[in-house]
Amino acid sequence: MAKVLVVTSGKGGVGKTTSTAALGAALAQAGEKVVVVDFDVGLRNLDLVLGAERRVVFDLINVVQGVAKLPQALIRDKRLENLWLLPASQTRDKDALTDEGVGRVIDELREKFDWILCDSPAGIERGASLAMRYADEAVIVTNPEVSSVRDSDRIIGMLDSKTVKAEKGEQVKKHVLITRYDSGRAARGEMLSIDDVLEILATPLLGIIPESQDVLRASNVGSPVTLNNASSAPARAYLDAARRLKGESVTMAVPVERKGFMERLLRRRAA
Amino acid sequence: MSMNLLRLLSRRTASAPVARERLQILLAHERGLRGQPDLLGTLREEILAVVSRHVTLDPDKVIVRMDRGKSVSTLEVDIEVPNGFDKRIAAAG
Repeated sequence: MAKVLVVTSGKGGVGKTTSTAALGAALAQAGEKVVVVDFDVGLRNLDLVLGAERRVVFDLINVVQGVAKLPQALIRDKRLENLWLLPASQTRDKDALTDEGVGRVIDELREKFDWILCDSPAGIERGASLAMRYADEAVIVTNPEVSSVRDSDRIIGMLDSKTVKAEKGEQVKKHVLITRYDSGRAARGEMLSIDDVLEILATPLLGIIPESQDVLRASNVGSPVTLNNASSAPARAYLDAARRLKGESVTMAVPVERKGFMERLLRRRAA
Repeated sequence: MSMNLLRLLSRRTASAPVARERLQILLAHERGLRGQPDLLGTLREEILAVVSRHVTLDPDKVIVRMDRGKSVSTLEVDIEVPNGFDKRIAAAG
């Protein structure tokens, strides 16, 4: 049975799009049939992070409005045959998305895929509420930082009240994904710890993605980090998180970079 | 030695506990207000309605401020009234 999963956060710049791409790819790498849907109308970026920016012909709004059929708008990943992208429109007004229209597209996607990952825009406006509207599960991307945690709390409130599931008296299954985590800074008391964030948000943890050069490097070349450098710390964290989404029980660890001697030496000097 | 030094330094710079405490207080308030009508907005409107029954005033000149503390919060209402108001009070009295 298909699962609709929204990747959301409230705050911008915390890593929603990166995480959608990485989790989508990781699920596809595990053999699941996955579509990632960009809900950020006017500011689409999922196509860029996935390296499909030059292959976009039709988009979500075209499908919602009936201008294009769903199969015409879906873009198949060149590296992973199980991974597909439904891009957002770059130009059209975001009011072109309607609740019913999105519902129809999600229903159609449910018939074709195992996982439908909805990349939410930042904020709590229409785009964000439509992205979460039909979700069965939610990944709340949070940085260990006060403004991000506050916004995540707000988003959790919306997931518990504004979704179709919530309106039916059911629960959207929620997971917190902590990104840009720096274990050194947390140990020195300069950054909220994992326990702090989880205690405040009272939501189970899906994974801890360490702050890493590999994330930037992957988006630079348009490849999800789990494909671009599968043995890197963030990739391993995303691959583990995807297994947890599939229901496997994987021991939680803060993945650390495997650093060479020179790199370690240089870093100590710089600090 | 270096670990001790690090710990000593970190105690001075540890700001995460402050972040945690501020968040806990703030979110306790925000969660309580969620789904409720906007209290500040309601107070502002109702106070404005009462005062304007007697005095003509500019809605933009009414400022409502809230300062939330741990045990006590203060609500401050600042209304700028046009000149002549005090005379009318004197006349009424």
